[in-house]
Amino acid sequence: MPRRKPFPIHIAIFLAPALLVYTLFMIYPMFASLWLSLNNATAEGKDHFVGLANYQTLLTNEQWSRPLWNALGNNFVFFIFHMLVQNPVGLFLAVLLAGRVRGGWVYRTLIFTPAILSVVLIGFSWRMILSPAWGISHGLLSAIGLGGLDKPWLGLESTTLPTLSLISVWQNVGIPMMLFLAALIRIPDEFLEAARVDGAGAWRIFWRIQLPLVLPTVGIVAVLTFVGNFNAFDLIYASQGALAGPNFAADIMGTFFYRTFFGFQLQPGSPYMGAAVAGVMLLVILTGVLIYLFGWQRRLQNIEY
Amino acid sequence: MKNPFRPLQVAATHFVLMAYTALALFPVLLVAVNSFKDKLVIFSSPYSLPNGKTFTLVGYQTLAEGAHFDRYFLNSLVVALGSIFLILFVSSLASFALSEYTFKLNTFLSLFLAVGIMVPIRLGTVGILELAKQLHLIDTLWILILVYTAQGIPLAVFVLTQFMRQVPRDLKDAARIDGAGEYRIYSLILPLVRPALGTVAAISMIPIWNDLWFPLILASSDKSKTIVLGAQVFLGQFVNDYNAVLAALTLAMLPAVLLYLIFSQQLIRGLTSGAIR
Repeated sequence: MPRRKPFPIHIAIFLAPALLVYTLFMIYPMFASLWLSLNNATAEGKDHFVGLANYQTLLTNEQWSRPLWNALGNNFVFFIFHMLVQNPVGLFLAVLLAGRVRGGWVYRTLIFTPAILSVVLIGFSWRMILSPAWGISHGLLSAIGLGGLDKPWLGLESTTLPTLSLISVWQNVGIPMMLFLAALIRIPDEFLEAARVDGAGAWRIFWRIQLPLVLPTVGIVAVLTFVGNFNAFDLIYASQGALAGPNFAADIMGTFFYRTFFGFQLQPGSPYMGAAVAGVMLLVILTGVLIYLFGWQRRLQNIEY
Repeated sequence: MKNPFRPLQVAATHFVLMAYTALALFPVLLVAVNSFKDKLVIFSSPYSLPNGKTFTLVGYQTLAEGAHFDRYFLNSLVVALGSIFLILFVSSLASFALSEYTFKLNTFLSLFLAVGIMVPIRLGTVGILELAKQLHLIDTLWILILVYTAQGIPLAVFVLTQFMRQVPRDLKDAARIDGAGEYRIYSLILPLVRPALGTVAAISMIPIWNDLWFPLILASSDKSKTIVLGAQVFLGQFVNDYNAVLAALTLAMLPAVLLYLIFSQQLIRGLTSGAIR
């Protein structure tokens, strides 16, 4: 089958539509944005090259650096919540489902439901449920004798970010659950059977067999969580607005980027500074992805059963 | 060797799973049930089902008067279906080329497309807005369709290429001997990877249908609003009208839930078949 003629035209025709749309609407804007972050407007409103000056302003000018570090720090807290709550709970549910329970299909379909709903709707629903005006959270806490602990969870600086993180965890827990489940059911039954015959309990089987064999998935889930979290915007915007209040307590990179680009209150928006914030986000996300690719994935071999 | 605690373990597993399922569905059901209830009852007994006396559609009436949800829904449908169609069409063409032929740029192009799986398209927003202005596509559904297509291509090509590689070579060579051209062979392969196409459609659909960011930035006029943006604006305006807000939330959730019920098979198979690896 000789298919090594000079570049055959039909290959180009097969590839052209996808490459064209992808390059024009994803790759080109990404570079255009990076280029814009190295420019600023002259007095006449034209672009002129300023090198890394925008990034320098972002990092050293108090007016910019304080919100930047605040958003970056909050974003890490947001991510840590997902790593410590969402992914372990997802793994736990997956282990239960992998035990071939009756009706497992129904459970996993229902538990996944929140993940298919719009973050806007989820954010607003929770905002209503947690609102002191409706009193649902007060009622539920009172029912278990903890009524005194009730707070306006989304209204206090100290509780806003953890509350929003947990709402996001609640919504997305189905995703790690599915990915872990997929990895767990590929483990051959003989492995688990042999361990049981040797008298190992569920706990021991989990730590000695299941967890080590799903380690590649742990890495994938972690990097997907990282990219998703540092790109998040909708939940905070929908439930707290672009100001991510109270007092920017829930501000993350996505909302900071939005405000910088479009402006808010008295501050006019700037495409140049907005592009610089996007540049910082790109750097953070790429760092995470590279750590995953070279620090984690390379150390693991793909397991073939 | 029978484990005497086995029934106990099974019962505990069911208990935990049921409890978590209840937690997952509680907010959604609470919102939906209360959207049909009288305002007083929403507050006095949030957990009761609506009965003859407390049932009301007043929230839905406010919604019908205050927002064009039918138009928003149609916009979302056009954007989602248009993007999915384009994603499947252009990605299947590209995947066919990448899986079928050996040529110099093959590896490079695969990697070039793979970049888009990990780097979120949102980071190019400043550039996309400029481009949309130059092309006069602001406030149209076209710009959303094109951006979502670009966003969906990388994962679609990745998944479809894997599936197309599994189609037996003999089949294609037999067709070639019968005189079929390369485009004809593509059209013969396509039905064979139908499950993969369904999976890709289901995985791509969710982020497109639920996106707030691009409608907010590129198409926020009333004629081009999608249902998520329409709901977001409406919710902000009617924040204190519980009937209207609950009705808007319920109505906006409904299409996604219906789509999920129809496509959950494909979606779950997609997520669990190792499509994302």
